[in-house]
Amino acid sequence: MLVRQVVRHRPLSGRLFLTSATAAERPAVGQPAPACELAGLGNGTAVNTAQFKGKVVYVDFWASWCIPCAKSFPVLNQIHRDLRERGLQIVGVNVDEHSADADGFLQKHPADFTVGADAKGICPKAFGVVAMPSGYLIDRQGVIRHIHYGFREGEIDTLRADLEHLLGETPQVSAAFEPHLH
Amino acid sequence: MKRLTWSLTTPTLCLALACLSACSTVEPWERGNLARPEMAVEPHPAQRALRDHVYGSREAAAAGASAAGGGCGCY
Repeated sequence: MLVRQVVRHRPLSGRLFLTSATAAERPAVGQPAPACELAGLGNGTAVNTAQFKGKVVYVDFWASWCIPCAKSFPVLNQIHRDLRERGLQIVGVNVDEHSADADGFLQKHPADFTVGADAKGICPKAFGVVAMPSGYLIDRQGVIRHIHYGFREGEIDTLRADLEHLLGETPQVSAAFEPHLH
Repeated sequence: MKRLTWSLTTPTLCLALACLSACSTVEPWERGNLARPEMAVEPHPAQRALRDHVYGSREAAAAGASAAGGGCGCY
């Protein structure tokens, strides 16, 4: 029970104490999203999170052992189907140490959106992930605008609304761009 | 006697402090092994809860038992 409590409260302690990605290094809302290379999963090809500039990108960190991640996949598939025409790109970043685990997960919970693997954990470190799953909403200029921690069914509408808001923004010249903080 | 206690306490304390250096942080994305079923504190939480319930009924007393699994610490 004690172990469970400690593990559960780890995300909070990650904000308070120095870890590999300290609060100062972690990109905040309003800052540019890091670029990271992802290896292909299954039949997929390698992908870089920064290659979709000009689109609204949703970077979702997931793992085969993460139960809320499994619940989120059908929802993300639906959002992908509904909003991809308007310029949404979902990128699922798998953080499993063994790609076989990820492949098994994808057979049970197929992903219609782009997925890639980062077994070494470089990408979650660059984003400063504090929870599994974590979703980063990146606007057309490549700026992190919202961060969704975890997955709860009650938050699906908020996520969709946030994505639609970003999709509705007109692309601006970066010199005239001022981060719109929430 | 007091000297003996100190001579035992100091090395023990030093050893304990030396062991602390082995503590490391497990990042949220590195919990694959912690999330495995065999890593759970209580591998069968539902079965344990039922047995506790039956035991409590038979003994007409119940301790502050809890039955919870381990987990990935997911949000």
